[in-house]
Amino acid sequence: MKILVYVRQVPDAEASIAIANGAVSLAAAKLVLDTMDEYGLEQALRFRDAGAPAEIIVAAVGPARNEEALRSALAMGADRAIHVESEQPLDAIALSSVVVELARKEEATLIFCGGRQADWDSDALGAAVAERLGWPQLTWTNHLELGGGQLAGRHDVDDGNESFTVALPAVITTQQGLNDPRYATLPNIMKAKKKELRKEQIASFQVKSKVKTVAAEMQTRTRLRKILQAKDDPRAAAAQLVELLRTEAKVIA
Amino acid sequence: MILIVAEYANGKLSKSAAEMVTAARGAAVNGPVTILVLGSGVAAIAAEAARLAEQVLVLDTPALAQYSPETWAAAVAFVAAEGEAKLILIGGSRSGREYSPRVAVKLNAALLEDVIQLRQEGAVIRAQRYTYLARVTETVEANAPQIVVTVKPGIFAAAQPSAESAEQFDVDVELPQPRVQVTGKTKSQTARISLVEADTIVSGGRGVGSAEGFATLVEGLADKLGAAVGATRAVVDAGWRPYAEQVGQTGKTVQPKLYIAVGISGAVQHLSGMNKAGTIVAINRDADAPIFQVADYGIVGDVQQIVPAMIELIAKPD
Repeated sequence: MKILVYVRQVPDAEASIAIANGAVSLAAAKLVLDTMDEYGLEQALRFRDAGAPAEIIVAAVGPARNEEALRSALAMGADRAIHVESEQPLDAIALSSVVVELARKEEATLIFCGGRQADWDSDALGAAVAERLGWPQLTWTNHLELGGGQLAGRHDVDDGNESFTVALPAVITTQQGLNDPRYATLPNIMKAKKKELRKEQIASFQVKSKVKTVAAEMQTRTRLRKILQAKDDPRAAAAQLVELLRTEAKVIA
Repeated sequence: MILIVAEYANGKLSKSAAEMVTAARGAAVNGPVTILVLGSGVAAIAAEAARLAEQVLVLDTPALAQYSPETWAAAVAFVAAEGEAKLILIGGSRSGREYSPRVAVKLNAALLEDVIQLRQEGAVIRAQRYTYLARVTETVEANAPQIVVTVKPGIFAAAQPSAESAEQFDVDVELPQPRVQVTGKTKSQTARISLVEADTIVSGGRGVGSAEGFATLVEGLADKLGAAVGATRAVVDAGWRPYAEQVGQTGKTVQPKLYIAVGISGAVQHLSGMNKAGTIVAINRDADAPIFQVADYGIVGDVQQIVPAMIELIAKPD
């Protein structure tokens, strides 16, 4: 079987992002393979480690720098990579057409993508890909087992969690808690440099977003930061805090 | 028309439905505000919805007794296509955000996710939403005959029900068979107000020490304030609290008037779920914890001593 893992290169959680010309600038940010996507890749690797005859293909769509994220994925153990070079921002619905075309070309029967990647805060890609392919989807999975052409697992829903089984093909979105992604070892990082990384051009996919970003601003809300020190008298600090919340902030009775 | 898909739980219409009505009216798009109620045995929900909208469409069938993204998307897309809905509003819940992309693909529509503002501007629909783990607010524009929108809960004011009820119409849709077999379900039970609807939230992190510590400190304070209870990912992973209480990137995004963080250090993933709260209060032993950077008020000290003192000092709500 072939497993396609879609990945994004995003700012590291602690990285500084800035706004320039009404758009987010990542010039000063440290960029990494999104941990949300690592869970899917790790799961695919675990299926293979457990004996599933799987070829694992990672794919990214975006500017040249995405190659680094793909190399990280290859160093974790993916077999090969596809980089669709694009300078054009694509929303999840437009991007899903690209992922679908790659999945069809590669004859993948299982697709992973992160539940909500740390750049666009979007949940939509996995479901949009599933819809275009006519496949079922399972979002926000936190446990997965593969056997007999079927996946069994557990995922989060509105009011708790659900156990499920589903026959492949299927699209799976992942999240923290599914597994602990492995670190790439030095020999594997060296090996990854020799693995196939195929380049494609976005123009050949003929996609266009129906949504465009016209402005961006940093969410900087000024906080009062009145921080008290409990020191030797936690009771007095608690009393002072309760008083502030009552009379100054007026948020408690 | 503007189509709103009702969300409900435990036999009652969720607050998100009334919030979406406000979002729909504020969008300044022509056409009647229409609420679609999907499910099995949903007459009472439809009656509630009829007091919020200009018309209500009801699809009441045993085939919709259980939510599934494929059936919900098929039903919504069919009704939206038949009714030529310009805007299709869906709740920004976990389920809403997982089936809405399918609706957008079926209709060849644009998708705007988790919006906090929505308005027609000439030929386009303009919206605002948070990105980069809610550190950035982006203004986006969609230009398409049909636009699917998920509406972030807790942002728009809830529309007040009117005394009169709008007309209800039954609809009939051919539904696909869901292909995912649900083999078990764990439902989070709580007698408290839900996280996304609460004005006050008390949340706990690792710093409360244990599941027992969480119950005493976080639940104790929440009960005193009539507040909802939230938790960090670490606390949920440790099995101290159910997933339904998780606040953050992989949990719920909340925007209460008051958020009290007890023993929470403030990882960026957690902050992304609560940094829009009106007033943020942090109680933590570590003066360097990032939570203090976003706090309006706080105490550096031992939660085991401070929180019980606060519980004692706060009057119980009437």
